[in-house]
Amino acid sequence: MKKLSILFTAMLALMVVSCNKPKEAAAPAEEPKQVEKTVSVTMVTDVGGVNDQSFNQSAWEGLQKAKADFGIDVSYKESKQNADYAPNMEIALDSDNDLIWGIGFMMADAIMEAAQNNPDQKYAIIDNAYENTPENVVGVVFEAEQCSYLVGYIAGRMTQTGKVGFIGGIEFFLIQEFEYGFKAGVKQAGADIEVLSQYAESFSDAAKGKSIANSMYQQGADIIFHAAGGVGNGLIEAAKEQGKWAIGVDRDQSSLAPENVLTSAMKRVDNGIYNLSKDLADGKFPGGKTVSYGLAENGVGIAPTSSKHVPADILAEVEKLEEMIIDGAFVVPNTAETVEAYTPVEL
Amino acid sequence: MILQSIAFILGTTLMYATPLIYTSLGGTISENSGVVNIGLEGIMFMGAFIGAAVGFYTHSGWIGFLAAGVVGGLFGLLHAVACITFTADQVVSGIAINFLGPGFALLLCRLTFDGAAMTVPLPLDEKISRPLNGLFEQNSFFDMIFNRYSTVYLAFILVFLMWFLLYKTRLGLRIRAVGEHPEAAATLGINVYKIRYFSVIMSGVLSGFGGAAMSIAIVSQFRVTLISGQGFIALAAMIFGRWKPQGAMWACLLFGLANGIVIFMPRTGLDISSQLLSMLPYVLTLILLVVFVGKAIAPSADGEIYEKH
Repeated sequence: MKKLSILFTAMLALMVVSCNKPKEAAAPAEEPKQVEKTVSVTMVTDVGGVNDQSFNQSAWEGLQKAKADFGIDVSYKESKQNADYAPNMEIALDSDNDLIWGIGFMMADAIMEAAQNNPDQKYAIIDNAYENTPENVVGVVFEAEQCSYLVGYIAGRMTQTGKVGFIGGIEFFLIQEFEYGFKAGVKQAGADIEVLSQYAESFSDAAKGKSIANSMYQQGADIIFHAAGGVGNGLIEAAKEQGKWAIGVDRDQSSLAPENVLTSAMKRVDNGIYNLSKDLADGKFPGGKTVSYGLAENGVGIAPTSSKHVPADILAEVEKLEEMIIDGAFVVPNTAETVEAYTPVEL
Repeated sequence: MILQSIAFILGTTLMYATPLIYTSLGGTISENSGVVNIGLEGIMFMGAFIGAAVGFYTHSGWIGFLAAGVVGGLFGLLHAVACITFTADQVVSGIAINFLGPGFALLLCRLTFDGAAMTVPLPLDEKISRPLNGLFEQNSFFDMIFNRYSTVYLAFILVFLMWFLLYKTRLGLRIRAVGEHPEAAATLGINVYKIRYFSVIMSGVLSGFGGAAMSIAIVSQFRVTLISGQGFIALAAMIFGRWKPQGAMWACLLFGLANGIVIFMPRTGLDISSQLLSMLPYVLTLILLVVFVGKAIAPSADGEIYEKH
């Protein structure tokens, strides 16, 4: 009886595991090696999976666009947990790809190790800059402070209470760039506008995001920006309940609460992937470097739905600021010191 | 200003504690009948998804909430079949459910929402109702504390009902008898299997409610990261609460209070690192419980396999 029951539970567990099996993507079969072989690119997602409505999905959209535009072979492997990274790297290596993408800084170590073991294979990673990048690796980072600056300016111009808020996920440099960019943007809109800022130390605790947002709204803030993943879900809910504004991040989050999401600071992972895959197809792979995509390369930007709630004159000013940043008229601050030193530019 | 602060902390306490209370009540009834259920987390996950998905398709948070209870009950039944009828190890079966719940919820989510790993959010008026909404001025003292979703009030009613069931009814006496000494209970003519089936299925129903209280009251959609550890915290709260419904409730409230204080801290102007602060709820809860709560004694047949001779 007992053995039977252990078997039973083991079967249950197996069922779940098999349900979770990463989708075997259209792996290029053993084609005879031709001289003119199509370029093939694969990506390994982090634990979010390819339909995460966030950067993994965005990355896959970028690859699909690259496939449509210049006919490269694309595929993906999903990771369900951190322990999947290394095995997925092996699978990607065995299926004979020209370039293997790691999506997200969580895969930094896995990519580095794979790259050192296989110096002839090209790798690229999203959101990570190595100190010493091997010749076969490219790090791709996004200038998140630039889009945060633009939404900060919108928040600063549109606040009626003179107080806005920022909710961060876990406090480290990638997220702090959002905070400082946002603060600089608010400063550009008005020097006396106060920015409340708080970190949840989590990317998943929606209840905490909601409480922090409630706390900020009660202190008089009327617009809150987040860079906090699932925590931001709580913010958007609080905005709905209180009838206040929230600003989304990474993707256009307007669909989550069309009446309460003012705009979103978008990180165009899709464009980053697309650009670099194009470079690869053109034979211009920038190995051994960290590539940084900002407003100029369409790597970041504000959501296209912004015009729904943001008045046209403010959007025109945002566009002007955007041009100035692209032209290099000023550099958007991304540290506490540079925000402190930032003086608003003439529009 | 001080009143405002107190109101904020109390309101946050209630919001945080609610999903935990449902789930810890589920743990309480199961373990009082002698069946350990560490699958609470997996069932909550499933409940969170079913609540949000059914709520979205039926345009009614309440139907979603009930559906979450029903599906939670089915998962409870699964646990019951494995470890009562087939006398499986209760911990192993619980672990299996903790894998099954999230995996199954995600699979269903992708099937029903175009491959997305989250559901479409419910508009405010289709969520669970807020009975006192609009009664007080927005963000006034009473509004901050009492303008809560019905799930919050229901949780406290259920605590009372569970206490009544366990300590004031014959069924409750039988549940506890079966948890203390199933052989003795059986000699008195109590059907141990039946009682345990009932208790474990109820624990699934309550955990399903707990998940839905998260997905359609605190927020309005299911996400993969929405349930991350609440089931285990509820399990711990039940143990700290000495396997009693009111004890579990106090433990959940304490954890909620600690979170409320932590979120409030930055408003005091004290410059404490947010990493340190985020540890505080766990540390505070531990310390308070160690200091104020004595030795915890589980039902003596808790976790033991019972087989009729």
